[in-house]
Amino acid sequence: MTTDLNSSPLSASQQERLAELLDGISEGQLFWLAGFLAGKCAGGSGSTGANIADAENAFQPVAPELTILFGSQTGNTEELAQQLAARAADKGVSAKLLDMADYKPKQLKSEQYLAVLASTHGEGDPPDNALDFHEFLHGKKAPKLVGLRYSVLSLGDSSYEHFCKTGQDFDSKFAALGATAMVERVDCDVDYEDLAEDWINRVLEAIVSEAGANQPTAASSVTAEQAPASIYSRKNPYTAVILTNQLLSGRGSDKEVRHIELSLEDSGLTYKPGDAVGVYPENNPTLVGELLNALGFDGEQRVSVDECEVSLREALAFYREITLLTPPLMKHWADLANDDALNALVADSTELRAWTEGRDLLDLIQAWPIAKLAPQELVNLLRKLPPRLYSISSSQTAVDDEVHITVAAVRYSSHGRDREGVASAWLSDRMGEGDQMRIYIDPNKKFALPDDSKPVIMIGPGTGVAPFRAFLQEREEREAEGENWLFFGDRRFRSDFLYQSEWIKWRRDGLLTKLDVAFSRDQAEKRYVQHCLKENSADVWAWLQRGASLYVCGDAEKMAPDVHQALLDIASEQGGLNPEQAEDYLRQLNRDKRYQRDVY
Amino acid sequence: MSEKLPEAEVIKRKSNYLRGTILDGLADRTTGSLPEDDTKLTKFHGSYQQDHREVRDERRRQKLEPLYQFMVRLRLPGGVLTADQWLGLDKIADECADSTLRLTTRQTFQFHGVFKEQMQPFMQKIHALGLDSRGACGDVNRNVISNVNPHQSQLHGEIHELSLAISERLRWRSAAYAEVWLGEECVQKLGEEEEPFYGYKYLPRKFKIALAVPPENDCDVFANDIGLIAIVEAGQILGFNVVVGGGMGLTYGDPATYPRLATMAGYVPKEQIVDACEAICAIQRDFGDRTNRAHARFKYTIDDYGMDWFRERFVENHGQAFEKPRSFSLSHNGDRFGWVEGEDGNQHLTLLIPTGRVADTENGLLRTALRKIAEIHDGSFRITCNQNLVIANVSPKNKAAVDAIVEEYKLDAGNRSSPLRQNSMACVALPTCGLAMAEAERFLPEFVTRVERAMAKEGLEPDAINLRITGCPNGCARPYLGEIALTGKAPGKYNLYLGADFSGQRMNRLYRENIDTDTILSELRPLFRAYQQQREAEERFGDFLVRAGIVEQERTPAMLHQPLK
Repeated sequence: MTTDLNSSPLSASQQERLAELLDGISEGQLFWLAGFLAGKCAGGSGSTGANIADAENAFQPVAPELTILFGSQTGNTEELAQQLAARAADKGVSAKLLDMADYKPKQLKSEQYLAVLASTHGEGDPPDNALDFHEFLHGKKAPKLVGLRYSVLSLGDSSYEHFCKTGQDFDSKFAALGATAMVERVDCDVDYEDLAEDWINRVLEAIVSEAGANQPTAASSVTAEQAPASIYSRKNPYTAVILTNQLLSGRGSDKEVRHIELSLEDSGLTYKPGDAVGVYPENNPTLVGELLNALGFDGEQRVSVDECEVSLREALAFYREITLLTPPLMKHWADLANDDALNALVADSTELRAWTEGRDLLDLIQAWPIAKLAPQELVNLLRKLPPRLYSISSSQTAVDDEVHITVAAVRYSSHGRDREGVASAWLSDRMGEGDQMRIYIDPNKKFALPDDSKPVIMIGPGTGVAPFRAFLQEREEREAEGENWLFFGDRRFRSDFLYQSEWIKWRRDGLLTKLDVAFSRDQAEKRYVQHCLKENSADVWAWLQRGASLYVCGDAEKMAPDVHQALLDIASEQGGLNPEQAEDYLRQLNRDKRYQRDVY
Repeated sequence: MSEKLPEAEVIKRKSNYLRGTILDGLADRTTGSLPEDDTKLTKFHGSYQQDHREVRDERRRQKLEPLYQFMVRLRLPGGVLTADQWLGLDKIADECADSTLRLTTRQTFQFHGVFKEQMQPFMQKIHALGLDSRGACGDVNRNVISNVNPHQSQLHGEIHELSLAISERLRWRSAAYAEVWLGEECVQKLGEEEEPFYGYKYLPRKFKIALAVPPENDCDVFANDIGLIAIVEAGQILGFNVVVGGGMGLTYGDPATYPRLATMAGYVPKEQIVDACEAICAIQRDFGDRTNRAHARFKYTIDDYGMDWFRERFVENHGQAFEKPRSFSLSHNGDRFGWVEGEDGNQHLTLLIPTGRVADTENGLLRTALRKIAEIHDGSFRITCNQNLVIANVSPKNKAAVDAIVEEYKLDAGNRSSPLRQNSMACVALPTCGLAMAEAERFLPEFVTRVERAMAKEGLEPDAINLRITGCPNGCARPYLGEIALTGKAPGKYNLYLGADFSGQRMNRLYRENIDTDTILSELRPLFRAYQQQREAEERFGDFLVRAGIVEQERTPAMLHQPLK
């Protein structure tokens, strides 16, 4: 382009400014500019405003192009990306919606507007489908992105140390590569809805005001399927009746895992194997009572919550998170408490993490009471009580208007008090057959069965086995001929073998081709699923060579990395790959959707 | 023999001399069970696959398979073991089973709650103690039982030697046992030579042998396929009267099945007795009915072919005929409790072990106490055929030490209990036995208490009555030889049998069918009153019922099926 400019009638400084303008300009921008300039030529030297209007009328300028990339393990981020795409169309912005894993990073240079929605996992890790893109941007091949207008919406959970880190990574990298943020990055906590909605609006406004688009475009090239036509959603959950709440853990187990069946009757909700159910839980009323006592508040006092009037007790029971202490909350609390020790604590993130670990709001109130805290002030300080996601353990093809989940009660003791997981304890202790609960379906396209003819290897210790029950129910109903191999593990064979009788029946019937188990506490040496995998190296490799897809579900902290390592070892041993090649092999499997994980 | 063979018969024949696929099944970690066919074979190896029935429904709802576990029974001819073996078994109960030892009516130990993964360690541990479980169940000769007669040291020694010899002669021999349990390599297949006596078909059904030394009939000699009644002169065993075709089981509703007391065949000199047992067992092996397992016991072979036929076959096999039976007299089939001194000056203490269960419970530390005794004991132990225990051959110098432990743990509490309780016996039944229809072991203590009360009302506390309870009609506690007997029909419901004698020589008959405990007691009360009022001196309860015409003298198979009332 520079060569072209040299031969132009423009002055050197004009050339420079034009070069700057053209560097990194997207195809769409270029087309618009072409039209604009053509209008200029045709309209002579009249008033600029009128001419622009004429140009738009005369040349039907190409709508601004927005590329929307999402990277997430669960469906929330994708859903928001879909919302953005749909809203863009209304505003006359041509939007292209893509899973980050499906995006070719080379296209970055020609993007005009880019919206990135990314969640963060574990220790600040990008989700699986964002790994490649994240790595590309941070690598040597990353191009200069001067001229790119972008914005990042990051999703996370402020109770984790590396809150929203992936989104922050993207944001700072885009900036470093020369791109300009059209709207400042927004970091969303688990109660993301309002912030996300606001971000979507602002992004679209920014594009429209910059590019001047105003005609609704035809449906954008949304690659994802449209969400099912139910009126129920995360924002408008369905009230489902519990049909069964059955303890699965046998006598002598030190776990408490439940099988819960819910009715979806008339809800219109549909789901696929691999999807999750979002559940709105209730805080333990005893803890709420203790909080009210500690604060000296009247639970019947009215407060305003999300534009509704409710009693303080209800607000704390249903609408606010009281069992986790997030850094933002701690900082707000420190501002109010004005205590040197607390100020020092929140100033040191390591110390702060150490203190908040295993503590809740009651501990905070007892440690640093605030004299003149008003009930409404307290409510405003707290995060929304987020829904909990449970992998669905049934196939709708098999169970019709039911949905099944598998819930392990979380109970522990810390700092001299017994504590529990909000939703799991609520489902275990206080929800019985006939009770109602608010739910929605959280689709997960990152964890879906392959073609019926393909073999699948499922690795799901503990409650991680839930989606595989859905898989087998589905494959049984579909009479899918692909082979199925399940690796299950837990503590004890006799009490913790979740859905044992069903697996055994399926194996007898021939649906479950292979079943391998590891029980860690049944022998002196701990045995886990990865040991099982290694023992079956040759077969696992042979299945992979036959096109098998790998699924891993369950614990993200230990199990998933251990299983990953075992798979690397298998690829090395059986496939003769060096460590780097083995990593590439698994990454390729992941790209081909043959290595899918649902870990948490 | 063109009829279709029962499944169990086919599985046995196809099993490659009891190997089947047991090893593969043991290696399968996804289930606590073995494939069904293999569970038929493990019986020959001494174990029954069972499940904890009380949690069966709970686990079904929990989507867990039944709580599979194995009962393992040892081969322990004559019920004799050393103190070291006792200590070893006591330890194994904790390491591999449910921390109890169960003494059985065939003078051996049953271990309950052995999980599949513990089966091989278990078998290896008992092997290290010089014990095995070969043929403790299955279609072979079962544990050979014999009189414990502690007071006659020399006779006991001889009887025990013979029990061992008979058991050894009729032991199954396939290398399957060593391969499956002891980790030995599969040897080159020997084929027919693996089982020179049994062959690949083994026996049509279980086969039981007992040795009695009159006047004691603690082994219920007539309830066995072969009963050997010692003929003793001047303290020497000369030989045995041989009775054949006894057996206890029946099937409800099938009048073609019945318990039967063994028939006198004749006398065999001591030197020939092991050969004679083999010759008799061979008749059953060759002629027993393999087409119908409910008709496969030796008692039906004897009834189908007759005693004359049997004697001819015996001569063919043995080369000699039976001699005329010698006279003998049996007085009781219970145990005598407390200390007795043997001819050699050693001391023997017989202890009542309630329902044979050696366990530490809130009622007492029985297992601990017996372990302490075993630790200091310089003699041996003998399990009686009534599930009790003899601490045998205590040297005079050790008696005080044993007594101190007995005193400390109140080990002789049972010995001071009522004569009724001392003469009561129950099988294991619920929750582990797959055949049980009602409680037995766990029901007996409270039931005895109620009967004691009913007897006390009539002033009958000092009287011994032989009482037996089983959870099903198959006869583990030899119920058809109880003066009062119950067999389970349904939870809380039993058949009531009355009218056996006190010495195991006359069976009872079905008195009332399918009744609950209250009804049983209301049936017994008037009979106790009549007994108290009308009995003759020294007359036993069962004998009184017969003499008074309440129960007939003769027994027909139908009487075991048709209630009198």
